[in-house]
Amino acid sequence: MNIRFQFMKYRKIAGIASIILFSISVFSLSFRGLSLGLDFSGGTLVEVTYETPVELESIRKTLTDNGFEDSQVVNFGTNLDVLIKVADQNGNSSIGEAVYNLLNEKGYKGELKRVEFVGPQVGSELRDQGGLGMLVALFMILMYVAFRFQYKFALGAVTALGHDVVIILGLFSIFAWDFDLTVLAALLAVIGYSLNDTIVVSDRIRENFRIQRDMEPMQMIDLSLNQTLGRTIVTSLTTLLVLFALFIFGGEMIKGFSLALILGVMVGTYSSIYVVANMLMSLTLIQEDLAIPEPEGAEFDELP
Amino acid sequence: MVLGFTYALPNLYPTQPSIQVAYTDSGKSADQILLNELEEILDNDSISYQEIFLRENKIVIKFNSLDDQLDSKTILQNKLLDKVIIALNLEPSTPDWLKDIGGQPVKLGLDLSGGVHFLLEVDIDTAQQGRLELLLDTYRKTFKEERIEFINSSIDDLKLFFEFKSKDSYNKALAKYRTDSPGISGLQYIITERPSANILLLEYSDIALREIRDYAVGQNLMTLRNRVNELGVSEPIVQRQGANRIVVQLPGVQDPTAAKKIIGKTANLEFRLEANSRTSPLRKETFSFKEDEFMTASLEKAVVVSGDRVTNASTGFDESGFAQVNITLDMQGGRAMQKATSGNIGRKLAVLFVEQKSKSELVTNEQGESIIEQTTYIEKNIISLATIQAVLGTSFRITGVGSPQEASELALLLRAGALAAPMKFVEERTVGPSLGKENIELGMKSIMMGLALVIIFMTVYYRVFGLAANISLLINLVLITGIMSLLGATLTLPGIAGIVLTVGMAVDANVLIFARIREELKEKDPQTAIRDGFSRAFITIFDANVTTLIAALILYVIGTGPVKGFAITLSIGIVTSMFTAIMCTRAMVNIVYGNKNIKVLKI
Repeated sequence: MNIRFQFMKYRKIAGIASIILFSISVFSLSFRGLSLGLDFSGGTLVEVTYETPVELESIRKTLTDNGFEDSQVVNFGTNLDVLIKVADQNGNSSIGEAVYNLLNEKGYKGELKRVEFVGPQVGSELRDQGGLGMLVALFMILMYVAFRFQYKFALGAVTALGHDVVIILGLFSIFAWDFDLTVLAALLAVIGYSLNDTIVVSDRIRENFRIQRDMEPMQMIDLSLNQTLGRTIVTSLTTLLVLFALFIFGGEMIKGFSLALILGVMVGTYSSIYVVANMLMSLTLIQEDLAIPEPEGAEFDELP
Repeated sequence: MVLGFTYALPNLYPTQPSIQVAYTDSGKSADQILLNELEEILDNDSISYQEIFLRENKIVIKFNSLDDQLDSKTILQNKLLDKVIIALNLEPSTPDWLKDIGGQPVKLGLDLSGGVHFLLEVDIDTAQQGRLELLLDTYRKTFKEERIEFINSSIDDLKLFFEFKSKDSYNKALAKYRTDSPGISGLQYIITERPSANILLLEYSDIALREIRDYAVGQNLMTLRNRVNELGVSEPIVQRQGANRIVVQLPGVQDPTAAKKIIGKTANLEFRLEANSRTSPLRKETFSFKEDEFMTASLEKAVVVSGDRVTNASTGFDESGFAQVNITLDMQGGRAMQKATSGNIGRKLAVLFVEQKSKSELVTNEQGESIIEQTTYIEKNIISLATIQAVLGTSFRITGVGSPQEASELALLLRAGALAAPMKFVEERTVGPSLGKENIELGMKSIMMGLALVIIFMTVYYRVFGLAANISLLINLVLITGIMSLLGATLTLPGIAGIVLTVGMAVDANVLIFARIREELKEKDPQTAIRDGFSRAFITIFDANVTTLIAALILYVIGTGPVKGFAITLSIGIVTSMFTAIMCTRAMVNIVYGNKNIKVLKI
């Protein structure tokens, strides 16, 4: 068997890089926090589109002069689209209309594209639900992988997932990108995707451990990684291709979503190579761990 | 697969402009008589329509052009006035044979079709307070009748408070509470005893609270449905969500303010007699008029009939051509009205409008910061004060209600009925029609671009096998559409993103298989390599997909609206992509290479 690329030679460097990235993310998350989108923070958002570009500064002034002190005014996509975010005012649900009417009265006549209002209670509920969902997802996946493979693989897989999620969250925190429900959805999809990768690699390691009985674990993992490398690259590439298409053509509303996925696919591909293998190495995976052959029923129960 | 294709078909047919006509009175279903009437009007004005038919309780008319649709709406509305509600709609032109087997195009979410989404929360505490007030009255009466003497009685912090004169009364009351408490579903009361002070506290048990909540939410749901019907929206959704919330979705509605005004009217009505010289000062209250707050009138405290007894209300004109409102009450309301008016002809009857309002105030909190605090309060205004001219029964009319516009607004409020408990908006999302269209275009563009890139890549990298994978990918897209149609699932913008993602990830299974075949080729002949490649890769594909499915299912459970749409397309995509990658590609590879003696396999 040919080992073209000795991944495990760089495992210490990769490990250190992961730990540094992870620490920076945790640091930023705990001190800067996430810039929560409307879904989680609660408040009101108004998007208005104009025929000619308008001065954001004068809109800001108009709003401040009329009692909406705590508002953000930014362009959205093009300089014809204006996005106004007003912080929650004790669950008052008619701020959106009030802002739009005010702007129309003051001469900023534009077309109302959307108004979103999320009450403070709904916001905090979505926050709790999102966090809980993420934990449940990680736990169920841990159980499934432990059941199908072995607990060392499960630990490796979940560490890889935790690593991916924290680093993406960290990037969103560092660059202060809006974290809303769609980004959370993307994050869960990343969990699914990264796992996909991890399982393919783990599957091969398991298989090789059973056939090649006279190899060192480190060589074995290197061999497995090499065997799956082609597939890993092709799949990541096709997924990235469509995600870039989504990022470029999909419009402003799913920019955050596609960005989170693009980062997720990249980090996920890396972590399925290094994080999982590193974990397996440090947990000293040995032959006996996989001694009992599992029944490999090829049931086609997923047919529609 | 044939099934998938068949159910994907309805999405190819274009939509057609149409209108839906229903009676304003939601208790009345559209019938052949209305259909004939509509037909006659349209024929007289020589407006061409394609089809007119009865569906459920509405009449649907299809047109060939948008102009005809708008013209006919104006003409029909002018002829029939507020007898009917007319909603503009786009009817799918699905052929009959497809409709018969349940075929329908994929439903679009609000972020694609444009429209309004509201989430309302029912205020259960107020409903409970109302119940407790009733209970307090009942027990005061019962205790008086049974000579159980009490010194104090009140409602405190959602608890009924009674302080008794003697131990004897205390014990009797306690016994009374205990016999009353068991309900059909369990104990209704939680009783706190303070024998030393002769005090009894009573609050509702969780079971009773659940019943109160379910009743209040159910009642409000019905009222909201009626109000939404008044808006004339073609496919509205009014649903309970969770314990005490209600979702209202109005696709195609372009003016959220108007919709909110009707839906959000947390209004109730009370009919009360005007106080006269014999009314004791303790039993009267003074209210101002809605039109003019400086004008006031004193009314009796007793409510004759409240708004939930109103079964119908409509506008009309009196003999001298002024607008009037005709009101119909239910039996119980009619009897109460008869009793109250029989001795009081010549006195005045007021309609009180009860509204929940909120006001914002600048207050200083504990940290010394100024914050805006919002408080809700109940405002009652007189909307009509009219002289009783005869003994009133179940149906009567109110004259002198102002302009026809004001009359119809009053009628609408009366008709829409009362809410069992006030509600407030906790979430609102409005998507303008232009943004919806834009989202569809951008979404389709992303799918096309993503698909094109993947197809080119696969063909270049895997040649013949790549072509097979590409065909599988296309079949996969059709299957996703078909299954979404079959399940009646809703497509949203993140849902489209889910499809795009599926396109990228679906080839993974094929890539795994091909990589496996390549490896097997080193040791085996091509036919065996193909066979083993497929079967060996299967386990990996299965494991990898199950975990993604777990993530997608969790997303479905926790997600709301658009995000749910993403979870749906992702889940369906995972299942169909496994099917197409394994079965379809296999079939195609077999057609090309099956039963042939191949020397060299290019992969």
